[in-house]
Amino acid sequence: MIALDALLRQVRGLDAGELEQWIEARWVRPERLASGYVFHEIDVARVHLIVELRHELLVDADSMPVILNLLDQVYALRSRLKSVAAAIKALPPETQALIREQLKD
Amino acid sequence: MAARNPYEVLGVKREATADDIRKTYRALAKKHHPDLNPGNKQAEALFKEISAAYDLLSDADKRAKFDRGEIDEAGNEKPRAYAYQDFAEGAPGAKYRTSAENMSPEDLDDLFSFFGRGGFGQGGARGGEGATIRIRGGDRQYALTVDFLDSVNGAKQRLELAPGKSLDVTIPAGVRDGQVLRLAGQGSPGLGGGPAGDALIEIRVAPHALFRREGDDILLDLPVTLGEAVLGGRVTVPTPSGAVTMTVPPHSNTGTVLRLRGKGVAGRGDELVTLKVVLPSDADGELDAFVKDWAAKHPYDPRKGMRP
Repeated sequence: MIALDALLRQVRGLDAGELEQWIEARWVRPERLASGYVFHEIDVARVHLIVELRHELLVDADSMPVILNLLDQVYALRSRLKSVAAAIKALPPETQALIREQLKD
Repeated sequence: MAARNPYEVLGVKREATADDIRKTYRALAKKHHPDLNPGNKQAEALFKEISAAYDLLSDADKRAKFDRGEIDEAGNEKPRAYAYQDFAEGAPGAKYRTSAENMSPEDLDDLFSFFGRGGFGQGGARGGEGATIRIRGGDRQYALTVDFLDSVNGAKQRLELAPGKSLDVTIPAGVRDGQVLRLAGQGSPGLGGGPAGDALIEIRVAPHALFRREGDDILLDLPVTLGEAVLGGRVTVPTPSGAVTMTVPPHSNTGTVLRLRGKGVAGRGDELVTLKVVLPSDADGELDAFVKDWAAKHPYDPRKGMRP
């Protein structure tokens, strides 16, 4: 986990005002401690992602929430699908075989 | 040898035009060409470096890739330093994932009908042989960062489980970095009337500017004046539960450790105060004159034991 100034140093082309807006818009959700913001690995990765979308793929600010929302839904579904897969793996082998059979089409 | 930045090698600015780069390269190449400097290993190495830099910067495509940080000085593809997807599906991603995380029973019906197992009704689900299935909901994992003092003294802190859904977590006094709190029934809802799973919350403790923790003891470095170190005295010391007064015995050196009993974590440990003698910051003629006089009369060797 790193603080705001460390993040600004680490991400090229990111300025403080812009990041503040992203936090305001809840695109990035660092933890807010008494000592200031704390960015976890996922928050840092997300800032990188937004920088790429914004500065390189030229996604404009109005479209960004739509894209982030869809991305978040995809990851939520993928996460959910993973737990379904894990649940299936925990079943007896014959039940797993039945499921595999059902999915074959 | 690590490759240098190609702009530095050629000595051109980042915004230099292709023409500038070509001209600079030709000038440098003329000067350092190995055939014009026979036997000069340094020139040969430099020429190689210049050629490699020019090779990269003269190719508009490669140059753009380098400027964007996608390839390194040697023209190799750089592995991406991060990947959002590495985190997005794990426990830390929970705070960003939207609606699908809170799947409704209808969604689960869909999911299970997808597997050809029939839906789950209100009173329980029908299994293959007509048995009622009750399934306990899954555990959910979260991460929560707490301030150092909250980890020592205990606190209540709000944790965002999902957008619009939060939970007040009681941080027990003395919680450790990496410790996992289990909140029964705060995980995923059960199916067919089954009980809900638990929320597993991994605690991360943020570092403190003054205190460190070792087991149940609190460690603190305390600056003291020359006078306090030599003559002893009463000093105010911060502890996680507030400031206390402590007596520094006369002739206390830097490195002397004093113990404040019961001032550690959750009343169990102690606070260990390591003294650090700090000289006055501004030059003081009186102190200098005194020490000069005193030192001449009282020679001593603190490095006696260090002689090889």
